[in-house]
Amino acid sequence: MEKEFTAVSIPTSLYKKIEEAIKGTETTSVANYITNVLRDALSKQESGTEVFSQADEEKVKERLKALGYID
Amino acid sequence: MIMPHGGKLIDRVLKGQARSEALEKARLLPRVTLDSDTVSEVENIATGVFSPLEGFLGEKDVRHVLAHKRLTSDIAWTIPIVLDIDKDAASRLKIGEDVALFNPAGEPSAVLRLEEKFSVDKEDMARRVFGTADPAHPGVSKVLGMKDVFLAGPIDLIQETPTPYVRWKLSPRETRVLFQEKGWRTVVGFQTRNTPHLGHEYVQKAALTYVDGLFINPVIGRKKKGDYKDEVILSSYEELIRHYYVTERTTMAILMMEMRYAGPREAIHHAVIRKNFGCTHIIIGRDHAGVGSYYAPFAAHEIFEEFPDLGIQPLFFRSFYYCRKCLAVVNEKICPHSALDQIQFSGTKIRDLLLRGEYPPAELVRPEVAKVIMDYPNPFNE
Repeated sequence: MEKEFTAVSIPTSLYKKIEEAIKGTETTSVANYITNVLRDALSKQESGTEVFSQADEEKVKERLKALGYID
Repeated sequence: MIMPHGGKLIDRVLKGQARSEALEKARLLPRVTLDSDTVSEVENIATGVFSPLEGFLGEKDVRHVLAHKRLTSDIAWTIPIVLDIDKDAASRLKIGEDVALFNPAGEPSAVLRLEEKFSVDKEDMARRVFGTADPAHPGVSKVLGMKDVFLAGPIDLIQETPTPYVRWKLSPRETRVLFQEKGWRTVVGFQTRNTPHLGHEYVQKAALTYVDGLFINPVIGRKKKGDYKDEVILSSYEELIRHYYVTERTTMAILMMEMRYAGPREAIHHAVIRKNFGCTHIIIGRDHAGVGSYYAPFAAHEIFEEFPDLGIQPLFFRSFYYCRKCLAVVNEKICPHSALDQIQFSGTKIRDLLLRGEYPPAELVRPEVAKVIMDYPNPFNE
């Protein structure tokens, strides 16, 4: 069965810095903090535009016009 | 335009020849008949409302969602989307085969490629999703009443079930094109299962001040006794928008889905769905998707801290009331007056007045909206 968690090494100095930074906050652990930061950073890398084909888009516009959403 | 959740808008709606062939083949396949709620799930999966889901979740994903509020891919997902059948029916189905999913009217809805059959502890599932296993909770009751085996696998939609609300039914593909046509780069979604009062109007317009467009998205589907009927919600919003909203900035479409009343987890689910519709923001009020007093009033705000990667921005509204001195709907940050000057928005009190045929105060409900509601002989689910 695939493990749910895996170990990653970070500099001890960074670990201690994070430990200090999260004292008194709602973040319960360094692992938790790092996980959140990484998820946030990765999500910002997701970019681009969903592209519909011209034909698809025209078909959708026809339906939107028929329903009164656009003129 | 905001990317769909998971990076790709799912489209598993069969078209053309593929659809005709599936329609013909469906009547020969092993068959499972769905209830109307599950039919809506199928359609939501196929049209991308539930992106990135491509079918009913398998065991690993269900367990991961229950334990971590994420799919095994780490994409945020808080409500297990499952298809339940009884053991005997499950025993007749083979892994790897196609199974036809029929709607309650006996028409083929979709084809499922069966990849897994499994079971989970339903009480544990209820506790994790709803924070309680109290059978008096409507969502818990439904989960505890589920049949014992879950089927998993991708689905392909053959045909959507007709709805009387087709005028208001748009897929995420369609709302995205709509927002683009309107020139809206930022859109705030508003989830509702009620007719509008001035408190709703206040939060919607406050949010709209900061974005290009407002997408009002009422939930149509199974709700609890005492909830407003679907047609009443839609008519009342139509009337409100006509009289009181900048129509170039406001649009409405329905979401065919059951309400689970799962509080915080459902707030995230609702946010993901509106992200798939193309919203960049979503309004989250006090006790969002709650019922009774199962959830702390702002638990549905706090849960968003667990999802820095969600992508859609929540706009939190804590409270509002009408102030007789300010002569407006306000909140505690902007109104200096005492509690004696406040008129609270009580859904129960508004409902009771309407049932007695009395207009609620105009400070709470627009008279035009009240009239639309009272024109229905019985506006509430029984």
